[in-house]
Amino acid sequence: MAAYIARRIGVSILILIAASFIMYVLAAGSGDPLRDLRGGNAANEAQLIAARVSALDLDVPAPLRWFLWLGGAAKCLVPFANSCDLGLTLDNAPVATILPTAMVSTLQLVTVATVVAIILGVVIGIVTALRQYSGFDIATTFLSFFLFSLPSFLIAVLLKEFIAIGFNDFLQDGAAIPAWLIVVIALVAGLIWMVLIGGSRRRRLIVFGVSAVATGAVLVYVSLTSWFLFPGLGPVGLLVVLAGVVFITTSLVSGLANRRALLASAITAAFVYIAFFVLQGLFTISSAFTLIFIAVAALVVGIVVGFLVGGSDRGQAVRAGAITGIVSMLLVFLDRFMQAWPSYVESGRINGRPIATVGSGTPGLTGDVWVTGIDSFTHLLLPTIALLLISFAQYTRYARAGLLEVLNQDYIRTARAKGLPERTVIMRHAFRNMLIPIATIVATDVGALLGGAVITEKVFAISGMGNLFATALGRTDLNPIMGYFIVIAIVAIAFNFLADLAYAALDPRVRVR
Amino acid sequence: MSQGMLEVTPEPHGPTGDRSDAVAGKSQGRIIFDRFLQNRISVVSLFVLVLIVLFAFSATGIGPIPGWWKYDYRSLNDQAGAPTLSLWPFALGEHPFGQNRIGVDYFALVMRGIQNSLIVMVVIGGLGTVVGTVVGAIAGYYRGWVDAVLMRITDVFIVIPAIVIGAVVGQTAGSGGLGVWFLSILLALVSWMSIARLVRAEFLSLREREFVEAARVAGASDLRIIFKHILPNAVGVVIVSATLLAASAILLETGLSYLGYGIRSPESSLGLLISDNQSAFSTRPWLYWWPALFIVSLALLVNFVGDGLRDAFDPRQKRFKRRKMREFVEAAQPQVSLKAPKSPTS
Repeated sequence: MAAYIARRIGVSILILIAASFIMYVLAAGSGDPLRDLRGGNAANEAQLIAARVSALDLDVPAPLRWFLWLGGAAKCLVPFANSCDLGLTLDNAPVATILPTAMVSTLQLVTVATVVAIILGVVIGIVTALRQYSGFDIATTFLSFFLFSLPSFLIAVLLKEFIAIGFNDFLQDGAAIPAWLIVVIALVAGLIWMVLIGGSRRRRLIVFGVSAVATGAVLVYVSLTSWFLFPGLGPVGLLVVLAGVVFITTSLVSGLANRRALLASAITAAFVYIAFFVLQGLFTISSAFTLIFIAVAALVVGIVVGFLVGGSDRGQAVRAGAITGIVSMLLVFLDRFMQAWPSYVESGRINGRPIATVGSGTPGLTGDVWVTGIDSFTHLLLPTIALLLISFAQYTRYARAGLLEVLNQDYIRTARAKGLPERTVIMRHAFRNMLIPIATIVATDVGALLGGAVITEKVFAISGMGNLFATALGRTDLNPIMGYFIVIAIVAIAFNFLADLAYAALDPRVRVR
Repeated sequence: MSQGMLEVTPEPHGPTGDRSDAVAGKSQGRIIFDRFLQNRISVVSLFVLVLIVLFAFSATGIGPIPGWWKYDYRSLNDQAGAPTLSLWPFALGEHPFGQNRIGVDYFALVMRGIQNSLIVMVVIGGLGTVVGTVVGAIAGYYRGWVDAVLMRITDVFIVIPAIVIGAVVGQTAGSGGLGVWFLSILLALVSWMSIARLVRAEFLSLREREFVEAARVAGASDLRIIFKHILPNAVGVVIVSATLLAASAILLETGLSYLGYGIRSPESSLGLLISDNQSAFSTRPWLYWWPALFIVSLALLVNFVGDGLRDAFDPRQKRFKRRKMREFVEAAQPQVSLKAPKSPTS
């Protein structure tokens, strides 16, 4: 295994070096780095050109200049020496100092998009596989075809024009939802739940009626109380939502029949509910690290509770407790973010139009972790949606195909034959095996998302790596291009490598050489 | 696109083609063609696609030959105007798609954009497939160090995301003042990698088959075995991935042109039209909607045709069809194999 990893890392480094050479020569040949000086009418034109040529070694032919660049880049491998030299931009700024800030916004965008796309895609893929050939399945397949054919810059413009401006107008008009929209949403929600739950005709009609009425009632409440202006779960709402979390977690992890798991989940939720009241004072003065600490604490509490009440089947109770703990705590955070929403919307910099269409943060906005958190959310919401839709479609299709393939296997028939409940068959036997092929797609998908970020960042004017690359390419500014390239190539190679390792770890039939 | 990194393997169950075809003594190509015709969505897509091609090329003309549309995509007319197209009663009017802000007829611009997108699509789909097939065939047939070298080269190119390397070669073509054809040839030279991998996998398994052995015993040369014996058996993979490559080529070209590194003004491209006019969305929305409509339609139609072809070449992937809808849903899914490869590809 160690030999395999070492060999893979060696090959990866060679590939990286070769790819950087190709990229360097291609990028150097793509234009003239002195164009802006030659076109300008500065008096000391010759002097400026000479200065740039000597600063960037432009008198050395590109293939040889690549060695100079590689020599500087190799210094980055020296740990803690801070001697990284990725060259200068045309404006004489060192690339090694501008790259990290750009990296943060891009990685933030790509990570959130990847995680959301995987979770949504896998969940919807599973549902379409379990409800094969239903209306929902057909609609999802059509939708995935459509999303495959929709370039992200098209969708980005639409999101800006309709979602951002539409939602901001909606907030300014007092956040009242028109009656026809409530009826439409309620009917659609009813239809979706009806298809998802299935069953006999009578049961379907009941599900449709109940879920449509419930959705409608919630929407009327939201509309009448202008909930979007002053959102929040409140103690009562949180209690209802936590009960839902306990119910769903337990029925997915162990089934409601497992009383101990149910108890573990319920006790954890109760702890979180108490924490909701106790911690409000702490939240006001919290930093991001405090929040991470609290979330981890909730996870630990869930595990301990599960361990203590677990009885003979500890594993399930621990899992139920842990999932309930972390999800409930995130909901408490969500409530706190919602409490900060009115002060964010009304602050002078926002002026009641919260959903932003450009940039990755409001310039000059100051506030606690909640306000800045909301600020990131409102800025990254639309770019993330634009970025994730395509890979979401891909995950849906692979998850569906994967689950159907797994469900045809002999061990699934065995599991059913020995009388295991369908929940156990799906969640324990099928779901885990379905994840194996998904692991390989994640690797290719991260590379595609990093490339896609070039367009998304350009449309939403986010100053990330993609934007850095696009701007630098326009000026034939070689060093930033190479800085960008080296980061995304390392990320892409690392993910491929991780996918192979995950594949070997998940599937005992795969042996690494 | 949907091929991904996973192996495409036939389903173990379901009918393996129509017995009646074999009895009637049809040729392999005929059987595949008939199967393709059975897939309504793909046939309709192909028909609409051909219509769009004929319409776009005849409207603005090909090269020096003028088209039937009265305005040129470069000539300025009177001031900006709204679309005059009416569907019922059908009439094109003076400017069916309206005019842009400097008064150029938008119908001519959009048709020229479609024409350029189609050129890029065909060149990338064709040339990229040829390069990829040759590399994959040689690597898969010779194995050993030839395979290792070629596949490492493929790995080197595949590390760079398509849009990034596309932008770099697009910038080269643009700053050199080179036209659409040269741009698409350059793009094709950096888009062959996924096909090379697929063809190589196909060759690795086909070269072990008996008919290859028989050909070798009969004294056929390597080239003859590769191109006359093995390649015809791998043609399904090649054609299907060529179609999918063509679909992604449309999105690549429009994306690059949107960024400003693809086709440039005064030439017209659908992505460039969106980029130029997105700020006018609220005042002149048609400047956005017409190119958007055609980008999505072209990519969608090509994807549908590709799926129909995949079905036609590998009917074992398809389950029995109770309803047309089921057939469509089934055809749209990638086939995920759980069979373990011998080792992860390094």
